[in-house]
Amino acid sequence: MSTPGASGAPGVDGAGSGALSVNGVSKRFGEIMALDDVSFEVRPAELFGLVGPDGAGKTTLFRILATLLIPDSGSATVLGLDVIADLWAIRARVGYMPGRFSLYPDLSVEENLSFFASVFGTSIEEGRAAIAPIYNQIEPFRDRRAGALSGGMKQKLALCCALVHRPDILLLDEPTTGVDAVSRREFWDLLSTLKASGLPIVVSTAYMEEATRCDRVALMQKGRVLAVDEPAAIASRYPHPLFAVHARERHALLQVLRDYPHAASIYPFGASVHYSDARSGVSAASIADDLRGFLATRSVTDVSVEPIAPGVEDAFMELMGAPEGAVRAAA
Amino acid sequence: MSSAIEVRGLTRRFGDFTAVDSITFDIQAGEVFGFLGANGAGKTTAIKMLIGLLAPTSGNASVAGFDVVRNADEVRRHIGYMSQRFSLYEDLTVRENITLYGGIYGLTDAEIRDRATALIRELQLDDAIDARVASLPLGWKQKLAFSVAMLHRPTVVFLDEPTGGVDPITRRQFWEMIYGEAERGTTVFVTTHYLDEAEYCDRISIMVDGRIAAMGTPGEVKQKFSAESLDEVFVQLVRPGSTPTLQHG
Repeated sequence: MSTPGASGAPGVDGAGSGALSVNGVSKRFGEIMALDDVSFEVRPAELFGLVGPDGAGKTTLFRILATLLIPDSGSATVLGLDVIADLWAIRARVGYMPGRFSLYPDLSVEENLSFFASVFGTSIEEGRAAIAPIYNQIEPFRDRRAGALSGGMKQKLALCCALVHRPDILLLDEPTTGVDAVSRREFWDLLSTLKASGLPIVVSTAYMEEATRCDRVALMQKGRVLAVDEPAAIASRYPHPLFAVHARERHALLQVLRDYPHAASIYPFGASVHYSDARSGVSAASIADDLRGFLATRSVTDVSVEPIAPGVEDAFMELMGAPEGAVRAAA
Repeated sequence: MSSAIEVRGLTRRFGDFTAVDSITFDIQAGEVFGFLGANGAGKTTAIKMLIGLLAPTSGNASVAGFDVVRNADEVRRHIGYMSQRFSLYEDLTVRENITLYGGIYGLTDAEIRDRATALIRELQLDDAIDARVASLPLGWKQKLAFSVAMLHRPTVVFLDEPTGGVDPITRRQFWEMIYGEAERGTTVFVTTHYLDEAEYCDRISIMVDGRIAAMGTPGEVKQKFSAESLDEVFVQLVRPGSTPTLQHG
């Protein structure tokens, strides 16, 4: 067994200076291709997001990176260590927070933390500095059973348990799933704090808007990587002019927009509808005018049409639509 | 038009903890009502009372015209329910799930056959009718689960986080199915952690510590809290005193 929590021997040979590297990894379960030739790198001190819906392969990938599952093909390194050959060395240095709540509900907050510390041959006190920013928030409840904590508190305790042995990289599988919007935001604030200390973090989420909290993201769908880049860069490659359209009756607006011959895509988006136009070489202003005119002829009232900058969710839908959509209206 | 759901002073205590604290509201037939709140705010307890699974400590409620305490059986017969966690039997085929639920809801064989045919056509599941549900993509499962929850033509349907983890296109298709049902007059009571989805609702309520802290159309609620987005309203209500902007942008 390696020395637990060894203060980071820097990335060994072979894998460059990255925190983590995935090279052509595939994994099949029966008929389901859980991971299909997945490749990306995570840089030192990076907050890296795996963004995609259930079934994208995020959990399978985490299990491979945490050395709990062997890929069918391809290779991966964590802190420069090979996930198959160096599994024991990796386990001592990785903080892994699995998807579902992974703590012992009948143990108290403090007992859970002590247990995870002792598994790694350390103690809460030794790990204190690493967990302080988070543990301070749950310490008032240290005698409470973990099972009786609120969703947001559970996530914080699980994060403490993943951090207490002072890992050199964090792997967090959907830490914010099922957590309310406010607690989600606070959890991301915590990750930003941790990242500022230089700890590389790989975190997965199905909430598209959380992509913007990451330095870089891999957008994933059905075992494949759709794109890897900074969120803003992914959004900026969106290929069509995009507009937010409002009207009094949104459902009617959606139906009518589908009859408009120039649409590339039409999706409800919060209070508005995002409309992208398939034409090229036409100015945003004239597209908006033309669209307003069309909606007027179809008796849609209280219309506004504003050009907007695409976000990650717009980009995701465009990318996931492309492979299946056969011929798209190529302008 | 009568109320599909009427709630008056509905309260539930567990020991000295008040999970739901005298909530009162009405939902009209055909409305899409978003029932929002932070984790632990009391949403699940409130829903359990409305579907007749948990007795209130005090107050009362009627759903689809039936009292949730005195006529709990009638309530359950007239509602549909779908949650993210439990919806369909994974080891049964699509056809078997439809037949099973049709039987549970007391439909005749002829009704089950007719509605199954219509449902399969609508969802374009023709090729998957004899496939095990476990083999379907999540998005199809969710749509099928919703259709099965509507099999007995309930007047009110409860959807508990129906779109969690679903891809963004399927999520939107799912909401179109919700709109379609609402236009047919079904009342839709839905919970979600996606605040953009809250904007798709006719009206919403936001629960904080067992009470309803805000209620109205999404526009009214935003206006009342002078907020640009429902996200902002949520932060103001759930964490009073904190700054509603991202602090580590």
